[in-house]
Amino acid sequence: MKTKIILFALSLYTSAYFAQKLKGSDTVLPLAQKEAESYMKSNKNAKVTVTGGGSGVGLAALVDGTTEIGMSSRKMKMTEKIKLSDAGKACKETIIAYDALAVVVNPSNKVAQLTKDQIEGIFTGKLKNWKDVGGDDLQIVVYSRESSSGTYEFFKEHVMNNKNYASSVLSMPATGSIIQSISQTKGAIGYVGLAYVEKDVKAIKVSFDKGKTFVGPSLATALDKTYPIIRPLYYYYLTTFEKAVKPFVDYCLSAEGQKIVEQVGYVPLGK
Amino acid sequence: MRTFIKKFSEKFIEGLLMLSSSVTSLTVVLIVFFLFKEGLGVFDKTAVEEGFVIAINKNNSVTELSSEEIKNIYDQKIISWSEVRGKKDSIFLFRLEDISNFYTDEQIGENFELLPLRLSSIVDSFPNIIAFFPEKYLDKNFKGKELHADKVSLSEFFMGEEWFPTAHPSAQLGVKPLILGTLWVSLGAILLALPLGLAAAIYMSEIAKENVRRFMKPLIELLAGIPSVVYGFFGLVIIVPLIQKTFGVAVGETGLAGSIILGIMALPTIITISEDAMRNTPRAMKEASLALGASKWQTIYRVVIPYSISGISAGAILGIGRAIGETMAVLMVTGNAAVIPHSILEPMRTIPATIAAELGEAPYGGLHYKALFALGCILFIITLFINLTVEFVSNRKKFNKH
Repeated sequence: MKTKIILFALSLYTSAYFAQKLKGSDTVLPLAQKEAESYMKSNKNAKVTVTGGGSGVGLAALVDGTTEIGMSSRKMKMTEKIKLSDAGKACKETIIAYDALAVVVNPSNKVAQLTKDQIEGIFTGKLKNWKDVGGDDLQIVVYSRESSSGTYEFFKEHVMNNKNYASSVLSMPATGSIIQSISQTKGAIGYVGLAYVEKDVKAIKVSFDKGKTFVGPSLATALDKTYPIIRPLYYYYLTTFEKAVKPFVDYCLSAEGQKIVEQVGYVPLGK
Repeated sequence: MRTFIKKFSEKFIEGLLMLSSSVTSLTVVLIVFFLFKEGLGVFDKTAVEEGFVIAINKNNSVTELSSEEIKNIYDQKIISWSEVRGKKDSIFLFRLEDISNFYTDEQIGENFELLPLRLSSIVDSFPNIIAFFPEKYLDKNFKGKELHADKVSLSEFFMGEEWFPTAHPSAQLGVKPLILGTLWVSLGAILLALPLGLAAAIYMSEIAKENVRRFMKPLIELLAGIPSVVYGFFGLVIIVPLIQKTFGVAVGETGLAGSIILGIMALPTIITISEDAMRNTPRAMKEASLALGASKWQTIYRVVIPYSISGISAGAILGIGRAIGETMAVLMVTGNAAVIPHSILEPMRTIPATIAAELGEAPYGGLHYKALFALGCILFIITLFINLTVEFVSNRKKFNKH
């Protein structure tokens, strides 16, 4: 896989084809890579390179003109919009897929469901013991992603009512380490993308209507929008490049492209 | 003719050598200049996100709010104006998204052309409001009071106890927990590594047989060649659960886990440098000591260690240097919670880990970006101080000799 990418990057230098570059969010990265691979298979003349680095990196590159498409797992911030318009550029936003976030705990935890208020209390540090939410007498250990991650931001806006995380929250550099830590810490709670949920951690049912209905995360509940914690994933591109990038963006939105979304573990746009 | 060519080629080589050394020094100077230029820029920025305003009703007696107060207001930890020198009324929070509760889309206008007017009248009609919205929607005849945002101050930066660089509407940039976390983890590492490293160095230079030494030395040096990610993963999977069980704490990701990993990583530096220093002890001195009837152990701690003390301290200090700057392994095992640590058995956040984790997504040139560069400056000053100490310590040796 890696050698393939390197070979491909090398071949870019030697070919004179118009190459499209995608840069940005590490969440969107695996999806965009798969989309690019199959897009190039069906369009022999097209060249698409995908690199990660984070949503901020991708959007900054869009302003600098070093990428054609910026991938992002969050909406463009006001400061970034101002930078873009200062540079005399305008961009378009396209939602290419959704990602459902699962709230996960250690499998030995007997708590199986939480309301939005309880989750907010746990992550803002108001609730400190599992017995406050119907569990054992055990300290709650909260794991979160780094503050720079789009996931962190989304969870804060969407689940925590825009309140800040407690400063005692442990922040981990990657989803993999969150899973690892939660699987070995009894009182742990955290959030991960739906694609990462596995048997070492237990996904919790959540309720956003004050405890009337609890819904667990799965592809089915995300698709019919009954599961509440889902976020859009974006492509941003400059209006001046629209013609060049449109075929690829359209491919991602096509039925074929949306099938790949499902394979990678994200939620397709739906009808 | 031949001497001319010889002279010329010598001059040429000299020039080449000079050029490479000056290029290196220039690069270093440029990097430091860049680091400080970006880092000091943080004090030119306001904690409130650029392009946004915070406004209150014109009859509100509050005239200024610190960035910490703004954060606590929006976290609903401060709920009454009386807590921030105002009247005894509860605070009414308003964000731009809330506008749809007051006006329909038609009243705002298709391209938000009426939004400035609507915002102005909302702020005017609620006496207890605090509103946060983009500057471009600020009406020309705005009827509320715009709160002036102060620039990030030195005391806020160094004495602040909360690190929320992406908090809305007001970022919190207190680096105290990060500096303390870095120092705690490094100090712990050196306390673990120094005795162990020193013992190993003494054993290898004075006691071990030649073939044992020949086997052990490359093995220890191999320790320096293991990538730090591998150390980090080892720490996360083995040491973290071990600490959790041994000390019975709720979280295994603690400063201690970081210290243990960093201690292991600093060992090769400490052992190699102090062993070399001990082996440099003149044979005559050791033999003189033995001839006076001193035992092997007495010779070691009365002759060898005092003679090589500057080499040993240099090794220890370089070991700390490595520990302070190490990023990846620490990022994976210390839990990275930005709280002021009270014991080594708590999660901590170090400066290098913060930079590595956050720089990727910080908007280029923004407050967060500059704050991370300022953290880089602090780290640079700490390591510079350590290097100067090494210089001082190894200079002292020269004085002793003459």
